[in-house]
Amino acid sequence: MVERRRLIDVLPHLVLLIGIAIVAFPVYVAFVASTWDAATISNGQMPLRPGPHFLENYYRTIFIGTSSSTREPVGNMMLNSLIMALCIAIGKIAISLISAFAVVYFRFPFRMAAFWVIFMTLMLPVEVRIFPTYKIVADLNMLDTFAGLTIPLIASATATLLFRQFFMTVPDELVEASKIDGAGPMKFFFDTLVPLSITSVAAMFVVQFIYGWNQYLWPLLITTKDNMQTIVIGIKKMIVTQDALTEWQLAMATAILAMLPPVIVVVAMQKLFVKGLVETEK
Amino acid sequence: MSDVRLDAVRKVYPGGVEAVKGVSLEIADGQFCVLVGPSGCGKSTLLRMVAGLETISGGTCAIDGKVVNEIEPAERDIAMVFQNYALYPHMSVYDNMAYGLRNRGTPKDEIDARVKEAARILEVEPFLARKPKALSGGQRQRVAMGRAIVRKPKVFLFDEPLSNLDAKLRIQMRVEIKKLQRALKTTSIYVTHDQLEAMTLADQLVVMNKGQVEQAGAPLDLYEKPQTIFVAGFIGAPPMNLVTVPEAGLPGLTLIERPAGPVVLGIRPEHLHEQPMGPDTLTVEIVVSAVEAVGAETYLYGALHGHGPELIVRVPGRATHAPGQRIRACAEASQLHFFNPQTGRRID
Ligand SMILES: Nc1ncnc2c1ncn2[C@@H]1O[C@H](COP(=O)(O)OP(=O)(O)OP(=O)(O)O)[C@@H](O)[C@H]1O
Ligand SMILES: [Mg+2]
Repeated sequence: MVERRRLIDVLPHLVLLIGIAIVAFPVYVAFVASTWDAATISNGQMPLRPGPHFLENYYRTIFIGTSSSTREPVGNMMLNSLIMALCIAIGKIAISLISAFAVVYFRFPFRMAAFWVIFMTLMLPVEVRIFPTYKIVADLNMLDTFAGLTIPLIASATATLLFRQFFMTVPDELVEASKIDGAGPMKFFFDTLVPLSITSVAAMFVVQFIYGWNQYLWPLLITTKDNMQTIVIGIKKMIVTQDALTEWQLAMATAILAMLPPVIVVVAMQKLFVKGLVETEK
Repeated sequence: MSDVRLDAVRKVYPGGVEAVKGVSLEIADGQFCVLVGPSGCGKSTLLRMVAGLETISGGTCAIDGKVVNEIEPAERDIAMVFQNYALYPHMSVYDNMAYGLRNRGTPKDEIDARVKEAARILEVEPFLARKPKALSGGQRQRVAMGRAIVRKPKVFLFDEPLSNLDAKLRIQMRVEIKKLQRALKTTSIYVTHDQLEAMTLADQLVVMNKGQVEQAGAPLDLYEKPQTIFVAGFIGAPPMNLVTVPEAGLPGLTLIERPAGPVVLGIRPEHLHEQPMGPDTLTVEIVVSAVEAVGAETYLYGALHGHGPELIVRVPGRATHAPGQRIRACAEASQLHFFNPQTGRRID
């Protein structure tokens, strides 16, 4: 019996450890590569332990950048990516909260029609509507601006649906109690509905921040100036096709840096996630 | 002065359901009015129309002499206690009680004084900093009451506030609500389907059925002189025995004095006794089929003459009766109720 237990305990852990190793190993190799010099990497003899150039490589990446391909310090790219990801995540959450509020709590003409139109935009991601969207952004002189970079990506049917679903579980009596307590619709929204949605907001923030951070196609189209590059584009540009020109240690450092903010967001938001799962605030 | 006057109030829900069919009621200042009736009879709907949470389809509702049909709930100066308490889950007990006052721009120190006072009365002082989910059902109920009383409204509205509590707590809270209302002298409308709650709380008891008022009055008046068969069967536990007696009479049932024509005879189980006591006009012969002892009294269930309509007889204390036994029970003329079987109305 005891033996059997132990086997049942050990086996899942073994599977998990193997899984983690498979996922983590490339990341580890990238990290190791970012701590050696270009010569060691390019001769194909890179050891699998961290090298002596950690500080030097990261300093160059963040503050100086590669002179040949991106002509821009990665620190600036990270800032651009951060602004873009934050604008997209916060914008999406704000718009979705408001539109879910409208659809659930107000009886206006064509309410269901509005809901279905929002629903249908699920079928129209940026890639599908890229040409007209680009045309509009260009006509509005929003190329190479953060507005052009973020606004077209803000509308979100997914988040609207999620919040709608959540709002429908909020008891009607809370609305009625608010009415009797003299809270108007917007006061109810800010005083009651938003605080109650905080765990869903956190979940949405994580998902949408990573979505924004990982954007590639849209920034590639919209940004032409060096100082508007995002880090994802930066990585791509650093990897030049002729192998000799690629400064692999810097590209790898950039890749590691690009991974950090999403990881930080997930780790920081994890508490709220678990809180949202464990306790029901209703 | 803050009386509530309903005049031919109707409610038609979208889709055509007529939930309230012309209710007229007068609730005097400081009166405790209880609405009671079977599920779906429109009690909540009526209460919610007074609160302003449902629009009024016809008739008028006036609070303190002022018609409030078109006035927002917040401006009606009412407070409502909901069945599921409807406390704001993310706010502390203190904030739950203070929220309505803050929205009205009450000065901070007055809010503080009123909340502390309410917390003291309702004995929730130790929990002021807690969130509602860290409270028991009874404590939440008190907080919901506190939220109502800090506002010092003209009218309290309660929609089955005790039905989520266990039996013992329900009785305790019932007594407290009554005491509180007596102390505050605030006009109150209270919805319940528990008729014991209704009898003990009400100054004015309103029995509703199918969207209409069957009878309104003092609880004991309704008990002693029910005006319809419905009220007779609804008020009292166990319910009044109701037997349809044809012109020719029934075997096993002797009636000395009775109105002409077929009637529905009503007699409460507690008014049937085994020993003849003076001028009894009703005598029934019952074959006992079940004996229910609840301690202080015993209920005998049995069929009239062995196979007629089912009757209940209450005998005090422990009874020695056994199923199958044939007994004889009598009642005085003053305890009998007669109703017209067609209209359902009382015959005096
Ligand atoms: N929003 C609504 N739309 C349509 N019909 C409704 C609505 N709310 C209630 N009704 C109907 O109105 C009638 C009265 O409902 P109400 O809630 O007032 O009953 P109630 O007396 O409070 O019953 P209970 O004791 O079960 O709470 C019911 O037949 C119900 O189906
Ligand atoms: Mg109800």
